[in-house]
Amino acid sequence: MHELPVMQKVVEVVLRHAGKHRVERVAAVHLQVGELSDLQEEWMQRYFDRLSSGTVAEGARLKVERTQARLGCRSCGREYPWSAGAASQACPACGAEGGELVSGREYTITSLEAI
Amino acid sequence: MQDFKLIQVKEGILAENDRQAEAIRERLRRAGTLLVNLMASPGSGKTSLILKTVQALGADCRTGVIEADIDSSLDAQQVASAGIRVAQLQTGGLCHLDASMVDQGLEALGEQDLDLIFLENVGNLVCPAEFDTGAHLNVMILSVPEGDDKPLKYPLMFRSCRALVVNKTDYLELAEFDLELLRQRIEKLNPDMGTFPVSCRTGEGVEAWTAWLKGQVRALKE
Repeated sequence: MHELPVMQKVVEVVLRHAGKHRVERVAAVHLQVGELSDLQEEWMQRYFDRLSSGTVAEGARLKVERTQARLGCRSCGREYPWSAGAASQACPACGAEGGELVSGREYTITSLEAI
Repeated sequence: MQDFKLIQVKEGILAENDRQAEAIRERLRRAGTLLVNLMASPGSGKTSLILKTVQALGADCRTGVIEADIDSSLDAQQVASAGIRVAQLQTGGLCHLDASMVDQGLEALGEQDLDLIFLENVGNLVCPAEFDTGAHLNVMILSVPEGDDKPLKYPLMFRSCRALVVNKTDYLELAEFDLELLRQRIEKLNPDMGTFPVSCRTGEGVEAWTAWLKGQVRALKE
């Protein structure tokens, strides 16, 4: 639902790095998006195309990898995968309840493929 | 054919917002002002809960309100006419608040001489959960007519909040809403989340909710 503001930031970051490396054209953008994020890849690409039009990133493909949601145990520190439909969110190692969400809501631009 | 080169970026787009949010949280903590981000669907009773809560808290808890709406100021007018210090943010179509908008709201409101600031987020259960506003506490409102299945549909929202106010409990008789089932669903998602059944219309449950909130205001000052 909020693809537009997120993609505005993505284009900003892509153009900043493209400028720094003096690339002629960005062919692809690799992104990690947390699986708890509600963003739809089709709309991410559409907004990216619109916002990058006329820049070196015009026509670049988004390659999105969804990252797993993980909780960190407050008691023993172990990190473990978690899904919203899971029967429990208790730590598999020590059984403590209520871990902190350590990943699953991020948007990270990992790399660019460029000429 | 030219070779592609791979440029490492490793930059999170939420990083800047997270830094700004942390700065707001720290500044208000030092001032002893608790910032509470209220998130809920449209029509769940965010403004009603604010009005009831401020009334119940009384004069010993100085409260301000930042209202966020896509494109209106109806809620702010209602809050202002109750004699409450209020600032209006219009997000101009944006579906959520981020830390830089909250900074603008705090400037418009004036942060001084307040014990508590409510941030009424845009009515939406999806987008506001993804952006840190700088609040010390995230609170969600779920109204009875919306149904007890919402934890299954909006897990990130339930995961992101410390307390849930179940509003419109005066509708419980009419609705197929199972409060116990809701509690079980929340327990699986977020055992830290406290649940406060409230009716803003009858005032039932408002006392328990405001007592908890007062405790949170005190805890921040200590």
